[in-house]
Amino acid sequence: MLAWTIYISFLGALALLLLPSRSATLARLLALLVSVTTFALALLGFLQHRSGEMFTVVSVPWIHSLGIQYSLKADGISLTLLLLTGIIGICGVLLSWNIDVRVKEFFAFYLVLIGAVYGVFLSYDLFLLFVFYEIVVIPKYFLIAIWGSTRREYGAMKLVIYSFVGSAMVLVGLVAAYVVSGSRSLSLDYLAGYHFSPHFQMWAFPLVFTGFAVLAGMWPFHTWAPTGHVAAPTAASMLLAGVVMKLGAYGCLRVAMTLFPLGLGPWGFHVLGFGSWRDVFAILAVIGIIYGALVALVQKDFKFVIGYSSISHMGFILLGLMTLNQIGLSGAVVQMISHGILAGLLFGVVGRMVYSRTHTRELAALGPMHLSKVIPFAAFTFVIAGMASMGLPGFSGFAAELMILIGVWRSYPTLVLFVGFGLVAGVAYIWRAMQQAFFAGGPLVTVPPDDHPLPPISLPERAAAVILIASSVVVGIFPQIFLHVIHPALNSPMFDGLSKGGW
Amino acid sequence: MSIIDFGQLLRLLWPEITIILAALLALSVDLVALRHSRLRLRFLAATSIASIGCLIALDELLHTSTQGALLDKILVSTPLTQLVQIALLVIAILTLFLAVDTDFTEHVGEFVLLILLATTGMMFLVVAQDLLVLFLSLELLSLSAYILAGFDKLRPRSSEAALKYFLFGGMSAAFLLFGFSLLYGLANSTNFVEIACAVQGHPFSSILILAIVTTVIGFGFKLAAAPFHFWAPDVYQAAPIPSAAFIASGSKVASFFIFFQLLVLAFAGAEGVASPVHFQSGWVPVLVAVAVVSMILGNLIAITQTSLRRLLAYSAVAHAGYMLLAYVAHSEQSLAALLYYVVTYALATLGIFGILAVTEKQLGNDRIADLAGLNRRAPFLSACLFVFILSLAGIPPLSGFFAKFFLFVSLLTVDPGSKLLLWLIILAIGMSAVSLYYYLRVLKSAFVAEASAEADPIQSTVLMRLLIGILAGGVIVLGCAPELILNQILKVIQASGL
Amino acid sequence: MSPATSPFPWITTLTALPLVGALLSLALGRNKAMARWTALAFSLIALVLTLILWHNFNSAADGFQFQEIHTWIPSLNVDYRVGIDGLGLLMLLLTAVVVPISIFASWHIEHKVGLYFSLVLALQACLVGTFTALNFFHWFIFWELGLIPAFFLVRLWGGPGSAKAAMQFLVYTMVGSVAMLLSFLAIFLSTGTFDLTELANMAQNGTLMPAVVSRLNWHLLTPQHVAMIIFCGALLGFAVKVPLFPFHTWLPSTYSEAPSGTTILLTGAMSKMGLYGFLRILLPIFSAEMQRVLTILLWLAVATIVLSAYTALAQKDLKRIFAYSSINHLGYCLLAIFAVVRLTGGDAVLTGQKFAALNGVFLQMFNHGLTAATLFWFVAMLERRTGGLRGLDDFGGLRKAVPLFTGVMGIALFSSLGLPGLNGFVGEFLIFKGTFPLAMWAASLAVIGLLITALFILGILQRVFSGPLNERWARLPDLTLGERLALIPVIGLMFVLGLYPQLILGVVNHTAIQMALHLRTF
Repeated sequence: MLAWTIYISFLGALALLLLPSRSATLARLLALLVSVTTFALALLGFLQHRSGEMFTVVSVPWIHSLGIQYSLKADGISLTLLLLTGIIGICGVLLSWNIDVRVKEFFAFYLVLIGAVYGVFLSYDLFLLFVFYEIVVIPKYFLIAIWGSTRREYGAMKLVIYSFVGSAMVLVGLVAAYVVSGSRSLSLDYLAGYHFSPHFQMWAFPLVFTGFAVLAGMWPFHTWAPTGHVAAPTAASMLLAGVVMKLGAYGCLRVAMTLFPLGLGPWGFHVLGFGSWRDVFAILAVIGIIYGALVALVQKDFKFVIGYSSISHMGFILLGLMTLNQIGLSGAVVQMISHGILAGLLFGVVGRMVYSRTHTRELAALGPMHLSKVIPFAAFTFVIAGMASMGLPGFSGFAAELMILIGVWRSYPTLVLFVGFGLVAGVAYIWRAMQQAFFAGGPLVTVPPDDHPLPPISLPERAAAVILIASSVVVGIFPQIFLHVIHPALNSPMFDGLSKGGW
Repeated sequence: MSIIDFGQLLRLLWPEITIILAALLALSVDLVALRHSRLRLRFLAATSIASIGCLIALDELLHTSTQGALLDKILVSTPLTQLVQIALLVIAILTLFLAVDTDFTEHVGEFVLLILLATTGMMFLVVAQDLLVLFLSLELLSLSAYILAGFDKLRPRSSEAALKYFLFGGMSAAFLLFGFSLLYGLANSTNFVEIACAVQGHPFSSILILAIVTTVIGFGFKLAAAPFHFWAPDVYQAAPIPSAAFIASGSKVASFFIFFQLLVLAFAGAEGVASPVHFQSGWVPVLVAVAVVSMILGNLIAITQTSLRRLLAYSAVAHAGYMLLAYVAHSEQSLAALLYYVVTYALATLGIFGILAVTEKQLGNDRIADLAGLNRRAPFLSACLFVFILSLAGIPPLSGFFAKFFLFVSLLTVDPGSKLLLWLIILAIGMSAVSLYYYLRVLKSAFVAEASAEADPIQSTVLMRLLIGILAGGVIVLGCAPELILNQILKVIQASGL
Repeated sequence: MSPATSPFPWITTLTALPLVGALLSLALGRNKAMARWTALAFSLIALVLTLILWHNFNSAADGFQFQEIHTWIPSLNVDYRVGIDGLGLLMLLLTAVVVPISIFASWHIEHKVGLYFSLVLALQACLVGTFTALNFFHWFIFWELGLIPAFFLVRLWGGPGSAKAAMQFLVYTMVGSVAMLLSFLAIFLSTGTFDLTELANMAQNGTLMPAVVSRLNWHLLTPQHVAMIIFCGALLGFAVKVPLFPFHTWLPSTYSEAPSGTTILLTGAMSKMGLYGFLRILLPIFSAEMQRVLTILLWLAVATIVLSAYTALAQKDLKRIFAYSSINHLGYCLLAIFAVVRLTGGDAVLTGQKFAALNGVFLQMFNHGLTAATLFWFVAMLERRTGGLRGLDDFGGLRKAVPLFTGVMGIALFSSLGLPGLNGFVGEFLIFKGTFPLAMWAASLAVIGLLITALFILGILQRVFSGPLNERWARLPDLTLGERLALIPVIGLMFVLGLYPQLILGVVNHTAIQMALHLRTF
C-alpha cells in the first residue's frame, strides 16, 4: 500500500497536466485530494506497523544484470518521515491556494516533488534511492524559477547546482561502494553488511556524508538554502525546508553512516584538535547552529530570517547524528519531523500570510503596518511557530532538541555550551523578527491607520496553520508515538556497524 | 589466401545490399515519377521506400544469426556487430523521417540516397576487421556526410560548414591513413588480429606510439573529441537538420564502436598504463588525456553558448569525453556501457534535432532565448524537450542517467582500487553537475521565460509529433527499464567475445 | 515515599481548569463584560478547588499527596507525575488568591479584553503546573510556557517602554532556562531519570554527582569542577527568575512597564516560581555544591537585600519602588535558603533553627505574594484615578482627599514593612530567628535592609499621603463599593495571618521539617 504514495503522486501530476478543464479550483482540489490520499496511505502504513521494524513493501528485480532491485521497504524512521511528508504535502497545497498562474503545472511539479520525496524515504535499493533523490532536484528548480519571487532564477539555479554537486559526491561514493563490494547488489542491507576496508571507508564516508549534508544545509555548504528558500514560492519553501532538507539528513543517516561506520572512527592522529571525521562534522554542525542563528539575527528580510533559522535547526540534526548514541540519533530523527513541521509553518506565515498580502518582506516596512492588529491570525500563528521553533517546551522542537542535547552531553560535553548559546540566539532572532514584523507599531493601544486593508486570512490558510500547529504540539507532548517506532529501527541489524562503533 | 565463397558473401551482405537497392529505388522513383510533385509527397515517398529497405535489412539481421568471417577475416560478423547494425538502421530510419517535414532541398532522391549510402558505410564499418576496409567504409561514410552537411545550397553557411567539415575530415583521414601505414609497416598485414600479434612483440617502439597517436587523432576528429572538435559547432549549427542529426547520432554510434574494436583488437597489448606512478606509454594514457580535455572543454564552452545547436555541439564534445572513459576501461562491461550510452545519447540528440526542425521552421533560428514560452506555444514539444535535455544532463530516471551510472560502474569495476579511475569518475560526475547549468538554461527559456504576447502556438505535423514522441518514449522507457536492451547487449558481447 | 495516588485527578483538574477558562474567555472576547466575568468565575472556581484541597490535605503525612502518576514518554523514562506537599499546597493557594486580585486590578482594561484574560488564565495554568510537577521534564514545560503569556501581557498592554522591557525579561529568563536545561540534561544522561524525588534521593546518598561526572568524558576538568558547572547552570535559571543579585536588572523595568494587573501576577506568583525552584530542586539536589560556595551565595543574598532596598530609596516611581522592594523581600527568602544549607554536623539546636528558617521562608513567600499583589493593586487603582500618574512627587496629602484609600493602603504598606500583627512580620521574624545562628554575619548585614525598607515605606506614606494636599487631587474619588468588597478579604487575610500564622505554619511545618532533615549535614 505504501508504494502507492509514490504512484498516486506521480499519477496525480500526470492527471493534472492532462486535465482538460481550465478551472484553477479543480486543479487545486485535485492536488489536495492527491496529497490527502497519500497522507492517508502513509498514516495507514504508520498505524499498521507499530513495531517499527523493517518491512518490505515491494521488491522485484529491476536491472538484473547489475543486481539492482526495485525494492521499497520501510522502518520506523522512514514511516515517521513519510508521515511528515504527507502533512507538509497537504499544507503546501492549502497554502498555495492563491497561486493563479499556470496552476496545473504548479501542482504537477509539486506532486512530482512530493512523490519523489516519498520515493526516497521508501527506497531500500540505493540505486532507486538515488533515482528519486535526483528527481527531486528538477521540480524544485521549476517551482522556484517560475513561481518564485526575489532573484528567483538565481536562487533556483544555485539550489540546483548545489544539490547536484552534492548528489554527484554521493554518486561517486555509491559507485565506488558498489564496485568494491563486488558489483552484486545495491541493496542497503547487503552494503551495510559488507565489510569495506577501513581505508576505503575513511574517504567514502566524508564524501557521501558531505554529499547528503549539502542538501541538509550543513555549514559551509548551506548558502543555497537561504537564497533558495527566499526565492521560492511558499509551498516550495515549505517543501524545501520541510522535507527536502530532511532528505539530506536522512541520506546521511541511512546511507553514509550505515554503509561506512568505520569512517566515523578515529584517524589515529590529530589535526587542529580534530581526531576523526566525526569531530569535524560535529564542529561543522555546531558552527551551523550558531552561525545560522547569528546571521538570522541581523537579517532585514523576513524570509531570510526563517531561511537562516533552518540552517541553525538543521545543524541540530547533524549534531544529533554525530553523537552516535541512541538518544542523540532518535533526537535527530524527531528533530527532522519537528523542523519539517515548524519550517513549513514559519514559511507559511511569512510567505503566504504576510508576503502575499503586503508584497514586502522588509522587516522595517512590515512594522508600521500593524500586522498584529490587521491580520491577528498570522501574528498568532507566527508567535506559536516561533515559540515552538526556539524550543519552547510542549512543542516538538523541545522534545527533539532535548534528546539531541542529552546525546551531545554524552559525546561532546564541551560543545553543549556552544549549543546553549545557539539556543539563546535562537530565542533572540525569533523574537526580534516577531517584534519587528508584527508588534513594531507600538502597544495595541495605538490605533493603526486603516488606509489599505489587507485581505483576511482565508480558510485554507487557517486549516494549514491549525494542522501544522496541532502536529507540532502532538509531537511535542507525545514524542513517544514516534520514539516507539524509531528505537526498534535504530536497533535493527542495519545500524549494527554504527552501534559497534559507539553505543 | 582462401577461396572466396560468393554465396556466403551474398548472404552475409544481404542487408547492405538491400539498403543500396532501396536507395537506388528511392532515387529513381523520385527522379522519374515524382519530379513535379509536392516536396512533402516526394520526401514521404522516398523516405518510405528507404525505410522499407532498412526494415527489410533489419528483419534480415534479426533473423539470421549467422556468425562468420569473410574474405580472410576482413569482415567479421558477430551477434554484437549485428546488434550495432540494428541500432544504426533504427537511427537511420528515424533520421529519414526527420527530413519529411523539412524544405531545405529539392533534391529529395539524392538526399535519401546519401543517407542510405552513409548507412551502408556505417554497416560495413561495424563489421570491418581490416584496416583497409575500415578506411574505405569510413570514407564512404565521411564523403556522404560532407555532402549532407552542405546540402542546403541556399544557405552559404551550410556550404561553409561543409567545407570546414570536409577539410577537417580530410585531414583526419590523412592522419588515419598515416597511422595505418605505420601499422602496416610494423605488422606487414592490415588485419587486426595480425597487427595485434605484431604489436605485442615490441610494445615500446616509437613507431607504434606514433601510430597510436595518429590513429587517435584521426578518430578524434570523427568523434568530435577535444581538441579535434573544431568542425562540430559549425556543422551542428549550419547543416540542414536531418544531416546534422545524422552526423550527431548515427555516425557517432558507428565511429565509437569501430574505434573501440580497433583499439581493443588491433592494439591489444599496447594499452599502457596511465597512472602517474607507473606510467607506461600506450593508447590508454592518450585517451585519458583526450577524455579529460573533452569533458572539461566541452562543458565549459557550452556554458557560454546562445545557440541551441552550438550548445548541442559542445555538449557532444563533453559526451564524447565521457564515452572515451569506456575505452580507458576497455572491458566487456565497458563496451556494453559504451553502446548503451551512445545509443541513448543518439536518441536524445535526434529528439532535440526533431524539435529544432519544428521550431526553427517557425522561429527562423535556434537561439535559446527564442524558445521562450515554448511550453505555452507547443506544450507537447516542450515536454519532450524536457525529457531529452534532462536525459542528456543525466537526470534519473531517464536513460542518460543510467548510461552514466553504468559507464562509471563498468569503469571502476576494472580496478576498484585504482585512484586514476576514481579521479576520472569524480571529474566526469563533477562536470555533469556543471553541464546541468547549461541544460537548465535551455529548459529555463522554454518553461520559465514568458513568450511575447503576440506569439502564436507553434504548428507541428502529426508525423513530427509522433516521431518526437517515440524518441521521448524511448528515452524514458530505456531509462526506467534499461534491462530491455542492456541484457541483450551483454548477451551478444559475451557471445561474440572481445 | 508512598506513591499513593489520588482517586480523583484533583491536580490535573486544577491545571486544566484555567486553560478551559482561557479558551472560553478568548472565544467570548467580543463581549468585554462576558470575558471579564468568565475569567473571574474561573479564577474563583480555582480558588474554591484549592480550598477543597487545603481542607483535605493531611498536614502530618510524609511525602506528596494527591499524586497522579501516568507513563508518558517511556523512551525518556518520563512519567506524568504530579503531587503536592505543604509547600506546593501553599503555592497553589497563593496562586489562587493572586489571580483574582490581578483580575480585579485589570477590570478596566479595554483593548483585546478576551485575549488579556485568557493570557492571565493561561499563566495561572502554568503556575499551577509548575507548583505541582514532580518530574523535571514537565515541570520545565510549565516553567517555560509561563513565560509566554507573561511576555505578551507585558508587551501588548504595557507602557511605552514595554517592548524593550519585555524583550529584556524574555532574554534574561531564557538564558537562565537554557543553562538550567543543559545542566539537567547532563544529569539525565547519567541517571536516566527526570524524577525530582529520585534525583533528590540520589543526591542525598551522594551518588548523583559521581555518576554525572563519570558519564561526562570531560577530561580536562576535575570532577569538582564538572559538578560546579552543572550546579551553576541550574542556579542561573532560578537566580534570574527570583531574582538574585546581579541577575535582577530585568525586573524593575519589567514590573514598571507591565500593566499593574500583570505586575501583580508577576510579583505575586511568578517570582515564587524561582523560589519554589530553589526549594524543590536546587536545595535537595545540589546541596553539596551549594555548601561548597556557601559564602559567595550568602554574599549575593545580602547584596540582593541591601542594594535593592537602597535603590528603592532612590526611586521616584511607585511601581519601581515596589519592584525593588519585591527584590528585597525575596532576598530574605534566599538568605534563609542559603543559610539552611550550612553544614551543622547534626547539631540538634541548629537543625531546629533550620526548621524555623524554612518555615519563615514559606510564610514569607506567601506573605510577600499577598502584600506585593495588594500594593500593586493599589497602584493600579491610583493610576486609574490619576490617568496613569504614579510618581512619588506627583501627589501629596491624599490622606485628606481619600481617607479610606489611604488607610487601607497604609495597612498594606505596614504589612510590607513587617509590622508585628500584620502578616509580613511573622515570616521575616522566623527567617531572622533561624538565620542568625546559622549565618550570623550575613543575617546581621541583612538587617540593614530591614532598616532601609522602613525608610522608604515611611517615605511613601509621607510624600504621598500626608503633607499639604495637592489641589489637583482634591476631587479624587475614594474607594468604590466594589473595590471595598474586593479588598475586605485580602486585608482580612493580612490580619489573620499576622495574628494567627499557625493557619499556614500548621500545613507547611511538617514539610519544612522533612526538607531540612533531608539535607546533607556532613
